[in-house]
Amino acid sequence: MQLISPSTTIVALATGNGQGAIAVIRLSGKDAISIVSTFFKGKNLIGEAGYTLHFGEIVNNDEVIDEVLVALFKAPKSYTGEDVVEISCHASAYIIEKIIQLCIEHGAQLAMPGEFTQRAFLNGKMDLTQAEAVADLIASNAAAAHRAAMHNLKGGFKHVLDEMREQLIHFTALIQLELDFSDEDVTFADRSQLVALLNQLYNQTNNLIQSFALGNAIKNGVNVAIVGKPNAGKSTLLNALLNEERAIVSAIPGTTRDTVEESININGIIFKLIDTAGIRNHTVDEIEAIGIARSKKALEKTDVVIFLFDVNDSLDTVMQQINEWNLLQYKCIAVGNKCDLLDNNLAYMQHHFADLPIQQKIFISALQKNGIDAIKNLLYNMVVGGQLNFEQAIITNIRHYHALIELKNALVEVQNGLQQNLPGDLLTIDINHCLYFLGTITGKIETDRDILGAIFSKFCIGK
Amino acid sequence: MFAEYDVIVVGAGHAGCEAAAAAANMGSKVLLITMNMQTIAQMSCNPAMGGIAKGQIVREIDALGGYSGIVTDKSMIQFRMLNKSKGPAMWSPRAQNDRMLFAATWRQMLEQTPNVDFYQDMVRELILKNGKACGVVTQLGHTIAAKAVVVTSGTFLNGVIHIGEKQFGGGRVAEKAATGITEQLVAQGMEASRLKTGTPPRVDGRSLDYSKMEEQQGDTEITGFSYLPNTVPITAAQQRSCYITYTNTTVHDILKTGFDRSPMFQGRIEGVGPRYCPSIEDKINRFAERDRHQLFVEPEGWNTVEIYVNGFSTSLPEEVQIQALQQVPGFENCKIFRPGYAIEYDFFPPTQLTHALETKAIQNLFFAGQINGTTGYEEAACQGIMAGMNAHLKINGQAPFILKRSEAYIGVLIDDLISKGTEEPYRMFTSRAEYRTLLRQDNADLRLTEISYRLGLASQERMEGVRKKQAAVAAITEQLQQYAIEPDAINEYLNSIQSAPLSEKQKAAKLLLRPSVTLTDMLPHLTDLQQGLQHHLPEYLEQAEIQIKYERYIAKEQELVEKMNVMEDLLIPENFDYDRLQALSSEARQKFKKVQPRTIGQAGRISGVNPSDIQILMVYMGR
Repeated sequence: MQLISPSTTIVALATGNGQGAIAVIRLSGKDAISIVSTFFKGKNLIGEAGYTLHFGEIVNNDEVIDEVLVALFKAPKSYTGEDVVEISCHASAYIIEKIIQLCIEHGAQLAMPGEFTQRAFLNGKMDLTQAEAVADLIASNAAAAHRAAMHNLKGGFKHVLDEMREQLIHFTALIQLELDFSDEDVTFADRSQLVALLNQLYNQTNNLIQSFALGNAIKNGVNVAIVGKPNAGKSTLLNALLNEERAIVSAIPGTTRDTVEESININGIIFKLIDTAGIRNHTVDEIEAIGIARSKKALEKTDVVIFLFDVNDSLDTVMQQINEWNLLQYKCIAVGNKCDLLDNNLAYMQHHFADLPIQQKIFISALQKNGIDAIKNLLYNMVVGGQLNFEQAIITNIRHYHALIELKNALVEVQNGLQQNLPGDLLTIDINHCLYFLGTITGKIETDRDILGAIFSKFCIGK
Repeated sequence: MFAEYDVIVVGAGHAGCEAAAAAANMGSKVLLITMNMQTIAQMSCNPAMGGIAKGQIVREIDALGGYSGIVTDKSMIQFRMLNKSKGPAMWSPRAQNDRMLFAATWRQMLEQTPNVDFYQDMVRELILKNGKACGVVTQLGHTIAAKAVVVTSGTFLNGVIHIGEKQFGGGRVAEKAATGITEQLVAQGMEASRLKTGTPPRVDGRSLDYSKMEEQQGDTEITGFSYLPNTVPITAAQQRSCYITYTNTTVHDILKTGFDRSPMFQGRIEGVGPRYCPSIEDKINRFAERDRHQLFVEPEGWNTVEIYVNGFSTSLPEEVQIQALQQVPGFENCKIFRPGYAIEYDFFPPTQLTHALETKAIQNLFFAGQINGTTGYEEAACQGIMAGMNAHLKINGQAPFILKRSEAYIGVLIDDLISKGTEEPYRMFTSRAEYRTLLRQDNADLRLTEISYRLGLASQERMEGVRKKQAAVAAITEQLQQYAIEPDAINEYLNSIQSAPLSEKQKAAKLLLRPSVTLTDMLPHLTDLQQGLQHHLPEYLEQAEIQIKYERYIAKEQELVEKMNVMEDLLIPENFDYDRLQALSSEARQKFKKVQPRTIGQAGRISGVNPSDIQILMVYMGR
């Protein structure tokens, strides 16, 4: 079991998740400064004094991630008593994640809950009376993390992980069987069987890693694109949803030339609204054309599409728009706007657009702010009710993500070993790594009894 | 009648004998008390030592200066190195032994050990003063004083034997059970529980037809268990064979007719038996789809016709045992010498011990062997040597001798027992050791002899042997790293094993990294290198080869060990007040209070303890 080791350098987000304009990422440990200096473009941080601030860029292979301020604290004059670096960056989920990932790639480990405070205590930065508080903090952080993890694990994720653990234990049991019980009258797994089992595990791990992006979408917000022909009232709708005047609203078609991104919070879930420039097939304005290209791109990564149409148009015209933008391939809400021009006669409109091939239909007046709550409720229910396409296991926790990456690497090692016909006892060194990393997610680190249990339950062992 | 002893050892099985020898060889005056002088060092179950993981333990006992390895070598009738096709960490020596010669050799060696006295009597009570053990009271009424007591009661404490519907007290068949100690210690607040084990019938070898069985011969080369030279008196050609035969559905059907009288199935046995050593009725019951089970027919010695039927452990009625056996190929005319039986006995859950195998409740009282919930001669013997050493160290005011999990299987075994306890008789498996690439049977001496030598147990002779081995291995390694192989010299060999030929010179050490290349096969093609190495013992050459070939894996585990050692070095003060730590989960607090972990590393291995509990603990360990 791997526990906190004071010889490592740890990293974590020090400010709350996603709130505010600036985020602070903190590193502590003997390599803190050298790790940051590998991807900090500015002054060479190594050799700089403590209590100094440095402006520069965080770069990843020539890509500039962000402009940041870096604060250096030298041991023992820091919060933890170790070398500490604090990176103040812009509070975007992408930037934060990227910078933490860079730190990890260069040798830092994600901090455990309360680990900074604990190090501070261990290094004599706090007196014993504060120990209780620290312990409580760790316990409550762990409980909170556990609650969060349990929340994440509610869906298919837990099921997938439990299944993977069982398969990995089974795989290990097959290998151990021929090591500890080679004298027994049992049939040992042949290598092709082991390879197949391993490939299956590898694919599952890979799928989980890929679903990480999907999981993040929920954590960082659900993308909602608003599309519709120019002047259908998209910007007015956006403003109504936001309750603010953000996009330039005018009666001239094509006023919105760029995608406008805004977030709203509906009952605790963040939705990112993307107001696209109206998609027209023939356009003359070059700048508008660029905006439209971006709109099409926005559609590609959207989770939900709000298709806004003008209720004064004929069914045929509306159908044409649906087909033009291939809306039927998305999770889509059809929103009929400008009902005020038809005296808000809902019965008439429902009848008139009954044949629209989109199941969810709402009729509103963005101008009069009629029906806006209905849209909000529908969006919320689609996420909570599981109608959105998040069937795959979702990982919302960066720690899980890294554990999965490590698991994948260890699985590759086992695959290589199998290919080289390595003896089973040497294979198990890497298999144990797999079990360990999976265990850091499921919380079941101890495995030897499970493995022996699997052997004794499946095979008739013993003289 | 008795002067005061330094150490009294209660029981003279594998654990007791090793404990007595270790304490005496370190300089303690030892009294070994047994209920029967004729049954010292009995092999109560099968006449064999070693096997996978167990063979490694015997090598470790030998490296520490124990007797089990030498006794096994001197009394073996067959030797095999198991798992030779696997990596070197899996190679496991195993011997068939002459049961009577084994016991006689042990007794002889103990008799030749200065400082060991013997006495035949039953200990019915321990003398306790101020929470400290200071002697024993025997059934004959003697009070014998000692500075420390090691209890190795085996299956004798309140032992109950079951054969079919018959049930009677006994420590082995035809031997009396022991009483008194459990009751006394439970009254002192210790916890006792019951375990069960079983043994198969012994049969008349003259009544068997071996032509219907598969022969299993010994290896063509006997390397033995002891690191001392010339301990194996026999040649490969002299070895006795074992035989393999199988049960069948007729056998199973007959056995089933006895199920209504089975003490196991009828609930008369309350103790838990080992899952990996099930009775034949258990196997038939749990694996109903299998139409046969393997039986090993093992001779009990040079000068006896008695045969041990390994794999047929049973407590069914005798007539069912014989009827079923007679349906086994080769056993048609079988005569039984002694029936199989099951035995239940008391043990003390081992979480009540410290890593020195001393009870937490009573100072200077040590437990070793089945009393701690283990099974197996090797498991018992290794606890015996550790308990004997620690008893001696304790009464001389020295720090306890504790082996880490990364140092020895013995360390794994004791740490498992103390940290996790056990619900069934505990047997060692290689999979219990997280660093088994380091814990090989070929390097137990390199790992352990020097520590033991410094503590005053391993002899000068052993230490010199280790130094010689180290020097030789270093010299061989140097030569292999220097020697450049010409492609012309080696390519014929490489082709013959379907390994890619060399196009330019390569160092011998590098070529050895190829899985299919071995030093023994390579050397004949490199006559000058062969000549340069030929004065070295094969054992030294093999050691150098293993170290070169598996360096990457050894280094990988070594790295892991160093990481973990940070935790293993963080000591938790004795009598630490866990109730003060309100933030701990209640399960963790209970476990910590019960187990009293010695280090943060051990605390993390206790089941039901979360990483956050360990973090909280570490906060308090901070200063």
